[in-house]
Amino acid sequence: MTRVEFISVSRQGLRGGLRRLSEFTARTFIYLWRVAAFAVSLLTGRKITPLFFKLAARNLFHDRLRLAATITGIVFSMVLVTVQMGLFVSFRTMVTTMIDHAPADLWIMPLGTKCFEDPALLDERERFRALSVPGVAEAVPVLVSFAQWHIPSGGTTPVLLIGSDRNELGLQPWNIVGGDLHNLSIPDAVAVDRSYFERLGTSGLGDTVEIGDLKAKIHLVTQGIRSFTTTPFVFTPLDRARNYAGISGKKATYLLVRLQGGADAESVRTHLNQTLAKAEALAPDAFRSRSRSFWLFGTGAGAALFAGALLGMIVGIVIVAQTLYASTKEFSNEFATLRAIGSSSRYVYTVIIIQALMSAAIGFGVAAVIGKVIVKATADSALPVLIPAGLMISLFLLTVAMCVVSAIAAIVHIMRTDPAVVFTQ
Amino acid sequence: MSDPVVEATDVVKFLGQGAGKVQALRGVSLSLNGGELVMLMGPSGSGKTTLLSVLGCMLSPNMGSVRVCGHATAGLAPEQLTALRRDHIGFVFQSYHLFPTLTAMDNVRLALDVRGDYSRRVIERAKEALATVGLSHKTRSYPLQLSSGEQQRVAIARAIIGDVPAILADEPTAALDSENGHAVMSILANIARQETRGVLVVTHDPRILPFAHRIIHIEDGRIIRKTRNGGTPTQL
Repeated sequence: MTRVEFISVSRQGLRGGLRRLSEFTARTFIYLWRVAAFAVSLLTGRKITPLFFKLAARNLFHDRLRLAATITGIVFSMVLVTVQMGLFVSFRTMVTTMIDHAPADLWIMPLGTKCFEDPALLDERERFRALSVPGVAEAVPVLVSFAQWHIPSGGTTPVLLIGSDRNELGLQPWNIVGGDLHNLSIPDAVAVDRSYFERLGTSGLGDTVEIGDLKAKIHLVTQGIRSFTTTPFVFTPLDRARNYAGISGKKATYLLVRLQGGADAESVRTHLNQTLAKAEALAPDAFRSRSRSFWLFGTGAGAALFAGALLGMIVGIVIVAQTLYASTKEFSNEFATLRAIGSSSRYVYTVIIIQALMSAAIGFGVAAVIGKVIVKATADSALPVLIPAGLMISLFLLTVAMCVVSAIAAIVHIMRTDPAVVFTQ
Repeated sequence: MSDPVVEATDVVKFLGQGAGKVQALRGVSLSLNGGELVMLMGPSGSGKTTLLSVLGCMLSPNMGSVRVCGHATAGLAPEQLTALRRDHIGFVFQSYHLFPTLTAMDNVRLALDVRGDYSRRVIERAKEALATVGLSHKTRSYPLQLSSGEQQRVAIARAIIGDVPAILADEPTAALDSENGHAVMSILANIARQETRGVLVVTHDPRILPFAHRIIHIEDGRIIRKTRNGGTPTQL
């Protein structure tokens, strides 16, 4: 096929695809319009409720034990999917929490940095190079480094030091529940999160501990600044962090860049990347994306969460399909009667699909309540389950889709049933 | 009597496959006209039910033709046959086939519901159909609260609510005592008095033969005798 022929065929395909898409859209609108018009007719009393609702409800509620099995299947499946997806959302949020809370226009980091926790270091000369780029107003160093926290009762635990000076552009702790941000300027002051007290062997404000071999005193307590790696964050001024980590006074992990008013972030970033020697500049969104990509997909953690969710869905589909099929089989005489008295395939599908939708609604309702309980129960844990409204809506649609897919086996069974059996039974 | 509402010509129907394949109908021709009640009689396995299924557009003949109210069924897709059945044929089954958790009213309404008619006048029509079979006082009763005769009358109401021209009844009195059987046949005979409606009844019950205008005897998949009621066999 020549290039011209290829383009011609592609255009034909594109036109066909667009035509099909527009037809589908038009049909969907007409269908939705009819549904809406019908709903209005029902509400205004001009129409009566179709019997397929009654038939579906009867089929569903006729056998309470089977209904319980169906609902249990959906609930089990959806709770599993909800927890997995809630963890995914939580994970996704937590891996970028520091980037989200840093007021930087651009981030400068050592070349090859994969995520915020990457402990590679920049030389101070990179800061001067950055400041020489037109449009850069400020470049504030931040240190991220692992250190050993000496537990007062004995032993050590690793912590992730966040070293940043108190500055308009610095990376400072938030959600403060004890002490004051100014307290971090007190010698040896550090900030830790309340959720890590037990792990760090401390009771909170005023406790004196050791990081590395140096003294540290808790002068600030936060709530909810957790790391998904479960390594506690410890905030402290930059120089003190360098001391705790045993890092040279001219090194930093990141430079948080503030741009001059009116400067174009993308062109400054390009210029920075041309100017920096062993560092690169990224916009916050790009850094978030890189961090998420590394933790969620580079480590396989995201894939594991998705695999768990997929497994939950498969279990749900199998259970719902099995119970719907059994229910439909039990009522196959009645479906055959429906076919015999002239009901269209669509009418029969509607009965089965409404049955599936009712199961979905009940199952999702129970699963949502359990999900909310899990959200509350894990709120203060190291990896809380988050279910934002968007995820909740998506899960509902997923439940509906799962139940409708489950109805296929039942529909196939009914469509294979010969309506003439009504004469022999 | 008027034009045929259902007409079969030289219908041949095979059932089963392979070694189990049998010829259930061997060139059956009959017509059901408006304004008449025809009874189809024959021993078990003679092909009565198969013929009823073919006339009711539930099975397609292997050979021959079937016309329902002038519409040929040959070559129609299953959904088209369903539509033909919905619009032109009402069924009365031996075991009623009512929906146990729907009231008598809803069971009757169902025949219009499957047509997509959800207008308020459906309620009035269902009441009228139940009144026709003498059950105006049982509209809210469930099938299990009705006697066998009443259940069969609800089934007849369901068959007639759509104003279909052909009523096909499969042993409608088989499960009824003579009094209820008589009542049910009286209703069917009344329906057949309308020039636009014909009723075909498959039966073994000799007590109800007096209701028939014509009696057709079938055996081994062939019509062996047609009798005009009160007359002599017209054909062997």
